[in-house]
Amino acid sequence: MATLTYREAIRAALSEEIERDPNVVILGEEVAQFNGAYKVTEGMLEKYGPKRIVDTPISEAGFIGMGIGASMLGIRPVMELMFWSFYSVAFDQIVNNAANVRYMSGGQIACPIVIRGPANGGTNVGATHSHTPENILAHHPGLKVVVPSNAADAKALMKTAIRDNDPVMFLENTLLYGVPGEVPEGDITLPFGRAAIAREGKDLTIVSYGRSVVHSLAAAEKMKAEKGLDIEVIDLRTIRPLDVDTVLKSVAKTHRVLIVEEQRPFCSVGTMLAATIQEEAFDELDAPILRVGTIDAPAIYAPPVEKQFQLPNPERVIAGILKVMR
Amino acid sequence: MSKKPSAPAESGAAPAVTPTLPSPHAQAPANTALTAEQKIELYRKMVRIRRFEERCLPVYNAGKIGGFLHLYIGQEAVAVGACSLMGKDDHVITAYRDHGHAIAVGMDTKPLMAELYGKVTGCSKGKGGSMHYFAPDLNYWGGHGIVGGQIPLGTGLAYGVKYQGKKGAAMAFMGDGAVNQGAVHEAYNLAALWDLPVLFVIENNRYSMGTSQERSSAGELGKRAEAYDMKWYVCGGHDIYEVRATLDEALRRARDEHKPAVVEIDTYRYRGHSVADPDKTYRDRKEIEDYRNTKDPLQIFQNQLLFEKVLTEALIAEIDAAARAEADRAVEFAEASPFPTAEDIQKDVYWETDQAQRTSEGRIFFNSID
Repeated sequence: MATLTYREAIRAALSEEIERDPNVVILGEEVAQFNGAYKVTEGMLEKYGPKRIVDTPISEAGFIGMGIGASMLGIRPVMELMFWSFYSVAFDQIVNNAANVRYMSGGQIACPIVIRGPANGGTNVGATHSHTPENILAHHPGLKVVVPSNAADAKALMKTAIRDNDPVMFLENTLLYGVPGEVPEGDITLPFGRAAIAREGKDLTIVSYGRSVVHSLAAAEKMKAEKGLDIEVIDLRTIRPLDVDTVLKSVAKTHRVLIVEEQRPFCSVGTMLAATIQEEAFDELDAPILRVGTIDAPAIYAPPVEKQFQLPNPERVIAGILKVMR
Repeated sequence: MSKKPSAPAESGAAPAVTPTLPSPHAQAPANTALTAEQKIELYRKMVRIRRFEERCLPVYNAGKIGGFLHLYIGQEAVAVGACSLMGKDDHVITAYRDHGHAIAVGMDTKPLMAELYGKVTGCSKGKGGSMHYFAPDLNYWGGHGIVGGQIPLGTGLAYGVKYQGKKGAAMAFMGDGAVNQGAVHEAYNLAALWDLPVLFVIENNRYSMGTSQERSSAGELGKRAEAYDMKWYVCGGHDIYEVRATLDEALRRARDEHKPAVVEIDTYRYRGHSVADPDKTYRDRKEIEDYRNTKDPLQIFQNQLLFEKVLTEALIAEIDAAARAEADRAVEFAEASPFPTAEDIQKDVYWETDQAQRTSEGRIFFNSID
């Protein structure tokens, strides 16, 4: 066991996979000489050299498309988006090429890419830099979507992502990069589609992913202390594939569901989850499924306002808990 | 058609071409290296493409082909010339006018026709259609629908070849309409910056759908390469010897020196943009007739090979008959083949779910009530 920050855990995964497979290449803006805009790839250029750690020009459609093309020949590019918000610059390449070339060729081609980077608000970087596109990416069959909430999961899931022969969209969080966690040593991977029970309980199921898991756990702690509530918190870990069974099993136990996510509610991941739960576990529900999400406007700049009112936080989660428990 | 680099100043009009015999490009090393049999095969391939494309039309009009059909008639020398130069580590990718390239790299026309019908025996199992012919085993990477979207992919093929230490190049084809897409400029920059062995081949048939080059593009097309310090070539696309001579030089440079280039090829399509194009609003009947009569690539090469005494009238007739029969057999094959089933819809989506065992857990497909 070692204590690593979330970013160090990702860096460890990238390094281990680079050493393991000569086809793995890290590409992105500022990943090499600058040591990474968020220091995820710090030190890697010095260790692995410019053939494996590649600085790209600011050209998302170009270099992501290039990586997809190279992956058709067996290269395994791990491409950084400095902010997942920049995915929209490369949107055509992602949804029409990465997601579709296998299908359109009748299964003759694989696209073993990873696109990784931070997807979050809460850092006052404004409406164009604060996107969380898990829902939009997961909507496209052909893509896989991964959202680790802690260091151990980040490392294990990144290794799985790089070895996966399908295009994997890996969404990190700048506010999680510095958070330490216990990370098991060794070559450990986690299969996609296996959620974690972050906290066991019997009174309510909170389903969450990414940093919202942290808020949900904080809220659950407080509700235990103040109201004696035993809340089960599920960390989905991956959106596509999705561990629906773990969620349904929990609903059968608690009969109430609160979904907590850093997404605007319209067509969010939670919307999809709510539809599935009520379709398949309607009789288990004692209350409507409620969601705590981002307030439905572009990301506001004013720092305290974004943090306190627009994004999920423990206080807003508690308000959601009280509402669904009524 | 753009002016050649360092050509003397000319008027803007395309020069009138009266094909001379022998072709001024017959003595290029790439062409003198061809055996008689290889020359006949080049001619045969162009004829096979022409007859296949012509055979598609009544099939489409009978309602057997859905969606789009972008015919390559008139442009045959470009695909056949280019693909005939491919070595084992060279790769080709193109846009949606892809039937010519598919036949040129060696795909069998029966699965090509079946794909147009949407049958499960199609080269993409009926999942792609006309715009999405692929043959990775022949280093042919499609067949793409979004204009210019394939150009970063082609740059990636070159990146992959170089990364793997192979001596090869990628030819990334596009039309004159694609040169203004942002992704194409991004790809040009990456290729020039990183010395990637890619040729950006512009098949300039002068019209992007109904909009002429003059109405679409500021400046000359090939010349834009200069903005990226990239070499560019411009050549005629009606004489297959010329296509081969130009691309041979560009390919060698790409393979040997890892240098990219833009190659602008002057060509022409006799049919509309797609079969849905009434072809009445943007060009003259007379212009089309003029190309058919004086610049047809099949006619030009036929004349050249008759001159070289490689072809005879009898062989020409035989090749033509065989090509027509082949196209008919392709239709028969397509007609007799089944469609994919409903269960087939969710296959070929993920590499993982096409294997015998899944490696991930959980749900990966999400359907509604059915």
